[in-house]
Amino acid sequence: MNAKERILGKLRASLAGTTAVADDYDIGLVTDPWRYAADERIARLRRMLEAVHGETLLTTAAEWPQRVLEALAARGIDELLVSPATAHGRRLAEHVREQGAALRLKGYERAVEAWKDELFFHTPASLTGTLGGIAATGSLVLWPSPQEPRLMSLVPPLHIALLNASEVRDNLFELMHAQRWTDGLPTNALLVSGPSKTADIQQTLAYGAHGPKELLVLVIEDA
Amino acid sequence: MSTLADTPAQPIAFTRNAREALADAQLRRNFRGAMDSLMDKRRNQFPDGDELERLRAFGNRVRARALSKLPDLLERLEANLARNGVQVHWAETVEEANAIVHGIAERHAAKKVIKGKSMVSEEMEMNHYLGARGVDCLESDMGEFIVQLREEKPSHIIMPAIHLNAGQVARLFHDKLDVDYTEDVDRLIQIGRETLRRNFFEADIGVSGVNFAIAETGTLLLVENEGNGRMSTTVPPVHIAVTGIEKVVENLRDVIPLLSLLTRSATGQPITTYVNMISGPRKADELDGPQEVHLVLLDNGRSQAFADGELRQTLNCIRCGACMNHCPVYTRIGGHAYGTVYPGPIGKIVTPHMLGLETTRDLPTASSMCGACGEVCPVKIPIPSLLRRLREEAVRAPAAEPQHMRGQGAKHSKKETLVWKAWRTLNTSPGLYRVAMYAGTRLRGLMPADIGPWTRYRSAPKPAARSLHELAREHLGAQ
Repeated sequence: MNAKERILGKLRASLAGTTAVADDYDIGLVTDPWRYAADERIARLRRMLEAVHGETLLTTAAEWPQRVLEALAARGIDELLVSPATAHGRRLAEHVREQGAALRLKGYERAVEAWKDELFFHTPASLTGTLGGIAATGSLVLWPSPQEPRLMSLVPPLHIALLNASEVRDNLFELMHAQRWTDGLPTNALLVSGPSKTADIQQTLAYGAHGPKELLVLVIEDA
Repeated sequence: MSTLADTPAQPIAFTRNAREALADAQLRRNFRGAMDSLMDKRRNQFPDGDELERLRAFGNRVRARALSKLPDLLERLEANLARNGVQVHWAETVEEANAIVHGIAERHAAKKVIKGKSMVSEEMEMNHYLGARGVDCLESDMGEFIVQLREEKPSHIIMPAIHLNAGQVARLFHDKLDVDYTEDVDRLIQIGRETLRRNFFEADIGVSGVNFAIAETGTLLLVENEGNGRMSTTVPPVHIAVTGIEKVVENLRDVIPLLSLLTRSATGQPITTYVNMISGPRKADELDGPQEVHLVLLDNGRSQAFADGELRQTLNCIRCGACMNHCPVYTRIGGHAYGTVYPGPIGKIVTPHMLGLETTRDLPTASSMCGACGEVCPVKIPIPSLLRRLREEAVRAPAAEPQHMRGQGAKHSKKETLVWKAWRTLNTSPGLYRVAMYAGTRLRGLMPADIGPWTRYRSAPKPAARSLHELAREHLGAQ
């Protein structure tokens, strides 16, 4: 008998003659306290994100690329990691060209092993899309993909995220249900609520622990 | 005052450890301040007492349901993880679990492991085991990193370095990392960030724990604020997650109430910065993530707790640490005095299953039974009742059947058993009782002034001149 058989054998013997506890899942309890009126939803998300040092900006589908340029210029950043294979990546590239901006765009086009050093030490900012947001907790939903890999939202010190206002749900239950998460999850699914932080030294909050020091969320109101 | 690191970190030395900790004014200030702040933060997250109570009851039901079908859920979890490309390993003991991890390391000729915070890896003493075999383990959680630099153990399951203040960390970084002395916490964290950054991509293996393992989807869910957990599970070519067999939940939606209870109870946050859900290794078209993901499921005494319906509730635990934050004993002696990986109230009820009652026999009695731990537990583990139960297991005759625990009867004493037998006889035989009461009251002048430990801090009790029985009988007779 191997370890698995021995462990399961013990557990099964302990349960002999018992019946399983019924699934009386209380949907109301994880949704009712976390519902918001349509005009309050985005405000709540922004308030929650800002409470943990996230920065948010309301913008539009037409204007967001300019907001990105402004945010980077304000920080003196002249290079951005962004996927050329996404609609928003193409849109930004087009805008940079039109404006003749000095911003260099680079893609995450090779496996991480091939450019670790550059990613970790010479990539000051990244821009990714999101799958949606959660008003209750001020969270972004990210499903990294071959176009926008996992480390894009983690390694650069500034992470800019695009969030379509129409994709913001009230709470996690509603979001998982609406997006049918149980049909299949990606390799890695993430909820991101603010920039990286820690209170491990004397309960004192400090931002920029191992992940981004800044998170800027551009909420696109008409998308 | 020597640091607690010098004392043998053994639960058997609890009394001595506790006495030393109580005499350490700095340690007591650090803990008092931290616990007060954590209690406030939790309270602020639950403004609606009704919601809290309903959510706790819900959390308890979700955990109870998972445990009521644990073997089936573990098999379902394994099947779904395997389908997703994750390799699942089973270990009855920490030795087996370490051997599995070392085997994976050897296959990859690994020399360096970067670790996200994992209490199960502490339980395994993985750093020591791998270190002795030429594989270096580096902790990447800021608190764990600090504790590792000091060659200490975590003093809290959520905040490993909570026993230290900024000045102590400043001195440590100055001494060990060759940086300028600064007590500025932002600067100290940046030093940690810079020191650890390169290690994430030099490591051959990333090790993490698991907060919830979801059977339905074959997903490992991890919560954290720093991003080191995501780094450790994404950058190295191999990710090994280690967890206890009790951490499984049935469905994806089951994590919603548990997640809310966990982060609000633990650190008073509505949610952690990252909720990291891992369902498989890197796919062919993906550009990062580990090529291999392993899950090690560890028993280490959990199946013993599981065997008894009452003790099974120990396994409801979602490791939030609220019980220690609210414990008057923990707050005063800190986490190291327990000499166990899991300190505080939860440690007192879970560790005896891992180590046996022989070395942990003092833990269940290190409680004032005030009940705070049970009141705040987000999954309603009746910790005080379980402490009382473990006290009973510790004094039962070692050979008495049925046997529920390793080390049963570790505190058993024939003398004490005899005293209680005599007490029972006295109190259940009316004639004998009356004689004893008569003797006790009439001979009250013979009560010695010194009756051992009782009179060390109190004066000796003096029986009344006449018993309550006598007075009552007389009173009734007079009516």
